Amino acid sequence: MALTLGLAACGNDGGTKPADGGSSAAASGTVKIGFMGDLTGSNAGIVIPPRNGAKLAIDEYNKTNPPVKIELVPYDSQGDASKAVALAQQAIKSDKIVGLVGPAFSGESAQVAPVLEEAEIPSVTASATNTNLAANGWKFWHRILPNDSVQGPGIADFIAGAAAAKTVFVIDDKSEYGKPLADAVRTQLGTKAVKVTNDSLDPAESDFSSVVNKVAASKPDAIFFGGYYAAGGNLLKQLRDKGVKDAKFFSGDGSLDKGLIDGAGAANAEGALVGCPCYIATPDVADAKVKTFADSYKAAYNTDPAIYAAEGYDAATVFVEAVKAGNTTTDKINEFLKTVDLGGVSKHVKFGANGEVEAKDIYIYQVKGGAITLLGKAAEAKLG
Amino acid sequence: MNQKNRSAGFRLRLGHYGDVVHDRWLRTPGWQRWPLYAVLIVGALLLPSESVGAFMSPYTDWASILFFPIGAYVVLAIGLNVVVGQAGLLDLGFVAFYAVGGYAMALIGTRLGWNFWLILVAGIGLCALSGITLGAPTLRLRGDYLAIVTLGFGEIIRITARNTDAIGGPNGIRGIPHPPSLPDIELFGVKIFKYGVLDPRPYYYLLVALAVIVIILVKRWEKSRVGRAWAAIREDEDAAEVMGVPTFRFKMLAFAIGASIGGAMGVLWASKVISINPNDFQFLLSATILAAVVMGGAGNLPGVMLGAFVVAWLPERFRGLQEYRMLIFGAVLVALMTFRPEGLLPSRQRKAELKEGTGGMGSLGAEVPGPETHGEEVASK
Amino acid sequence: MFNDFINQFWPATIDGLAFGSIYALIALGYTMVYGVLRLINFAHSEVFMIGTFGAMFVPFVFGITSPLTGIALVGMILGMILAGVLASAGTAVTLERIAYRPLRNRGASRLAALISAIGASIFLQELFALLVIPRVFDRPNQGRIQMGLPRLMEREELFSIFGHSVRVDQVLVIVAAVGMMIALDMLVNRTKIGRGIRATAQNPEAAVLMGVDINKIVRMTFLIGGGMAGVAGALYLISYENTNYYIGFLFGIKAFTAAVLGGIGNLRGALLGGVALGLVENYGAIFSGSDWKHVISFTILVLVLMFRPTGILGESLQQARA
Repeated sequence: MALTLGLAACGNDGGTKPADGGSSAAASGTVKIGFMGDLTGSNAGIVIPPRNGAKLAIDEYNKTNPPVKIELVPYDSQGDASKAVALAQQAIKSDKIVGLVGPAFSGESAQVAPVLEEAEIPSVTASATNTNLAANGWKFWHRILPNDSVQGPGIADFIAGAAAAKTVFVIDDKSEYGKPLADAVRTQLGTKAVKVTNDSLDPAESDFSSVVNKVAASKPDAIFFGGYYAAGGNLLKQLRDKGVKDAKFFSGDGSLDKGLIDGAGAANAEGALVGCPCYIATPDVADAKVKTFADSYKAAYNTDPAIYAAEGYDAATVFVEAVKAGNTTTDKINEFLKTVDLGGVSKHVKFGANGEVEAKDIYIYQVKGGAITLLGKAAEAKLG
Repeated sequence: MNQKNRSAGFRLRLGHYGDVVHDRWLRTPGWQRWPLYAVLIVGALLLPSESVGAFMSPYTDWASILFFPIGAYVVLAIGLNVVVGQAGLLDLGFVAFYAVGGYAMALIGTRLGWNFWLILVAGIGLCALSGITLGAPTLRLRGDYLAIVTLGFGEIIRITARNTDAIGGPNGIRGIPHPPSLPDIELFGVKIFKYGVLDPRPYYYLLVALAVIVIILVKRWEKSRVGRAWAAIREDEDAAEVMGVPTFRFKMLAFAIGASIGGAMGVLWASKVISINPNDFQFLLSATILAAVVMGGAGNLPGVMLGAFVVAWLPERFRGLQEYRMLIFGAVLVALMTFRPEGLLPSRQRKAELKEGTGGMGSLGAEVPGPETHGEEVASK
Repeated sequence: MFNDFINQFWPATIDGLAFGSIYALIALGYTMVYGVLRLINFAHSEVFMIGTFGAMFVPFVFGITSPLTGIALVGMILGMILAGVLASAGTAVTLERIAYRPLRNRGASRLAALISAIGASIFLQELFALLVIPRVFDRPNQGRIQMGLPRLMEREELFSIFGHSVRVDQVLVIVAAVGMMIALDMLVNRTKIGRGIRATAQNPEAAVLMGVDINKIVRMTFLIGGGMAGVAGALYLISYENTNYYIGFLFGIKAFTAAVLGGIGNLRGALLGGVALGLVENYGAIFSGSDWKHVISFTILVLVLMFRPTGILGESLQQARA
């Protein structure tokens, strides 16, 4: 028994090179947490806010001058899965991270998570919402927001319920994110006696006239777009320009960005509705904890917290709490994640056995006067 | 002017020494060459060591990028070189075959559960078939028409994969099996046949094996009747036809062989990455591989491999420059083509052609006289 | 299905014509350079991209945020087109000087020129994403994010066909494109420079013997082709009100397809190919879903080339009469 233990310890020492001080890290007082996502690519707009959020949490913690400090190491995958895997291997072997916030997107998560799983490094993603990710039996993978099969039906219920639409035109952008989300909306609408018409577009294009013509011909009560804000804004503008003025425009979390309003123009975007499993601290918020977060975020980055900023903050906070509780090795941190139970900024954080967070709230946002405002939880919100 | 002459003289001398070494190499009997080949292969196998990696790639895991992009680009470039460098057919959609191989591995592996080695054979066959399918209607087209059609084919493959839900649509395919492992075999502390997710080295060794086989085959083709037919087609298709070379058949063969090599790499790559999706097969990859082939010296195998290595490695090595690395990469491409239009390691024939001013590459060669060409020279041609 | 086609026929036609006109203007650049140099100018897509940003610069400098009317609007549109032309033509000529001429001097293969063009293309995209958009347009850290143009021209209905309205911006695009096409045709067929271009396209060696200054002709070809892309960029921007550093890629591929479809090297072929491609895409999308648009256009291309291996109107610039 003693012999095996000794061997195990030796094996560990051999694996973590003394120069890097992997084993002595706890004593010397710094552990590394990674953040992985598209930091310079074309969808960086929805990854920078969670990165900022995570950095804020770590900075706040380090300012308290704790015995063990945390260093946040950024890994810019540009959303490319093969780059993400190489970076993850670098993070594991050379940087010896003890945890990872990310990867930001579902595609890269599908490839990076198995690598982290084998290396036994816990991760918490703040924005990858693809449903299938949770079905792999990964023990070190966590997600701090509800997935698409919660988001899609949540929005669909709102479209058929509060918005009382009878005919809906559902468009997706054929991306790994937009297609499954739109499909979830389609399925849910199908159960509610709503007539659904479909089309898809290519987000690399800028002329969506063929889609717009179809929408104009079918005269729907509501339109749902599953995709990112860049294409969403152009689509919305072209719809309104083509005289599709009465149909309500809905979209999902990928369109929850000021870019949607910039792309469509404030007048065209007015009244557009966006669902999101995320909680954005809007200026009129009352909750003290959220308000503190919004203020310190604004102070640090000179901009209001945007999409997934609160989720990024919470994901990093989970690791901070783990380190605070004296866990500095990967398996101990993972044990901590299994039992964590704390009130975060975005939601109450508690992970289920498959790594999914237990809070399942979807929020509906509306564009009013050129700004995104919170309407409320999808199940409760009313259209004014 | 003087300065220019001096540098030109230096380059000429350098080229001369290069030629001397090359000549000696050509005179070396076969049995004496084998030790060098063996050393090269051993060198390739030792590459993933950490001491090399610390210099070669301080920002990402060296063994990982040695498999992809470096190794993968090298094999793909060898494949594309058969089409572009040897047969002189401009293919802008090479990524299509890589995609077919990748999807073959993913689909057969997850749906039918075949063994990796069986899928490799099936994937190669499938890619050869798709090469022929694409080639049959299009190979009668010349030069640039072929370029746009192959480009279109590459895009069609990607978009069709993206739009077809039966093969995963935009989500692609997940849970692709790895090659069967032999976890007990250990050499120098590396489990060389353990195909997991954490250690990329076993895949890299497999890739080296694939590359060696491909190189041997391609070399043999090049020196056979097939290679001579390709060269004839490349230099002057009409003349080749008149001389009795069945040009269409040999062009098809080049396409099928290139496609098979691309497909084999696709299968191997997919067996490592666990999940693939249509966005892995963008046009930019075709363009990059083509750049590798031309930059290295189209038609010359060591040159092409060097080109692929440089194209894959530079952006990774200079990750430290962060967002500026692609900017610099673009500028380097322009500069390299300006200063060495024949490629880094051109074949001898290409060098001679360039000296003569035709630019080589037959129908892909220069057709417009440069500004310094004078009337008499043109007339004397 | 057939009902859908009837319902959407007219809007699809109008959109197809407007978008096809933009394809056609870009295709001219490919076709002219190909006619003279037998070279695919792969970086032409970036010439178009820079044209959109050149046009964007005018309202940006004047700080315009609300729609204009009357003389101000006409002046603004002309100013944007001019700026687009300057930016694009300047880029095209510089490109020729830096990325192509040194290669021609060395007698490099066209393949080398292709790679040089791909390199230049990457360089220009990154240059805009990293430096020009953040610095010149004052959008720090947003180089890769789409940039919108504030509405300059109200989307008014000009007239309607069978109950489907035709907007003023769509008419502007089509009319301007046709006007440019006529002007270019006159230039190539009626002027001395045009004769030089045609002579070089026909037989460069003989043209040299006849005293044609090849360098000048090549420069003019890039200048004119670039200018057309600049017009296309300005018209696109006015009509669709957005652009980004990557916008040239898809336009480049489509316009190149259009040029080949019509018969590369042939000016009228470029016009025909562009419009045909725009229409085919929009009609096809009615039946198959918009996501199959590209597949449709490439399939049409392959089919046309199988039966007419040199495009609809055949090759050669020198035969582009009138």
